Amino acid sequence: MYFTKIFTEIESLGINSVGIVAIISIFMGGIMTLQVAYNMENPIFPTYLVGLGNRDTLILEFSSTIMGLIMAGKIGSNITSEIGSMKVTEQIDSLEIMGVNSAAYLILPKIIAVVCIFPFLFILSVFFGLIGGLIVGPAVGAVTAADYLNGIQYLFVPYYVTYSIIKTLCFGFLIATIPAYFGYFVEGGAFEVGAASTKAVVNTNIMILVFDLILTQLLL
Amino acid sequence: MKNISTLFYKGKTNLIIGRSGSGKTVLLKAIVGLHEVDSGEILYDGRDFTRMGQKERKGLRREMGMVFQGGALFDSMTVEENVRFPLDMFSEMSIAEKQKQVDFCLDRVNIKGAHQLYPSEISGGMQKRVAIARAISLNPKYLFCDEPNSGLDPETALLIDDLIHDITLDLDITTIINTHDMNSVMEIGEQILFISEGEMCWTGNKEEILDTENQKLQEFVFANKQYQQVRDEKRRNNPEKI
Repeated sequence: MYFTKIFTEIESLGINSVGIVAIISIFMGGIMTLQVAYNMENPIFPTYLVGLGNRDTLILEFSSTIMGLIMAGKIGSNITSEIGSMKVTEQIDSLEIMGVNSAAYLILPKIIAVVCIFPFLFILSVFFGLIGGLIVGPAVGAVTAADYLNGIQYLFVPYYVTYSIIKTLCFGFLIATIPAYFGYFVEGGAFEVGAASTKAVVNTNIMILVFDLILTQLLL
Repeated sequence: MKNISTLFYKGKTNLIIGRSGSGKTVLLKAIVGLHEVDSGEILYDGRDFTRMGQKERKGLRREMGMVFQGGALFDSMTVEENVRFPLDMFSEMSIAEKQKQVDFCLDRVNIKGAHQLYPSEISGGMQKRVAIARAISLNPKYLFCDEPNSGLDPETALLIDDLIHDITLDLDITTIINTHDMNSVMEIGEQILFISEGEMCWTGNKEEILDTENQKLQEFVFANKQYQQVRDEKRRNNPEKI
């Protein structure tokens, strides 16, 4: 029962987020390419640095932290409103009466699902971000496709990926647990569930930034 | 809540009655352990629920079924899945046996042709009946109902009352119902506890309730003029009892 629920959560919280991750990442990669190209107009800089700049920005910060902040809004509010609604309509009490550990049944599968799926969303985000740069860079004449592809392979540091995956695991945990806490302990009705959802997203975003700072200092 | 000491009987529909806000739901939730009590004992066939550990409580809770005020059906599950849920969690039955039990429970509450519908697609009365079916799916020894007919029309409310009463007799279980509906009291109130402002005020049965001398209970019962007429008629027919 719990095992099946993990897969259901992976689908609803993770797989269903692939679309938004792809769209945001393509635009993010395209915009980053334009920004880097604009700041490297000096002929002293080789144009392949545009690709390198986009790649490292995506890997180090955008596809982990910015995606984390966006996912905190999407997944976090979903978790709080789902659990909060169950709480105010006595569905959680109903689980308790049956002898089910409601926290373990409702929250644990979400934590496992989000922590498991988040590194994959990060990798997808990097991939789509690089694709975005490849589309936009040559399209506006900021960099040639060959230079861009050369740049994204130049001076690649595999540890950056390890560092970002560690961050995404941590962010995944925060995105599942903080909203679950706010949903599980909500009291009242629909208004309070909405307020709890907002609080959960704000607190998750703050915690993501705090942990980003700590992990960057510790790991880089 | 304070000064509450009463017995609930097996094979009977035991009612907790009182005005809105008198503490009925708090008392019921304290009995099932959803609210912790500061002092006192809650005994289930001699087993003190308040002194039980988590494991023992879980075991005892599998002997309980509860129908909440709003039904509390799981929104993400169909009617059939809702009733099967306790069986999936706790029974060792085969898939076919589970299906048989689900069909039996849904038949018992007269739900037909709605197995694959979601709670949002069925009426309030049906939701209550599905909640009853889910509550009895594991053959509980104790059934708790928190205002099972609130928000329902009088006819459906009567059907729900009769259904709970019949199930209590059929399964020979201890049923405790919270209600402020005098129709329910007069229909199925075999053992009644009246509470007011968090305190026990009166206990008795539906035959005794109209003759009560308790001021607070009189105010509660005779708020509906219909029962005043019933009492007056009863007294005219049995003048020696006055």
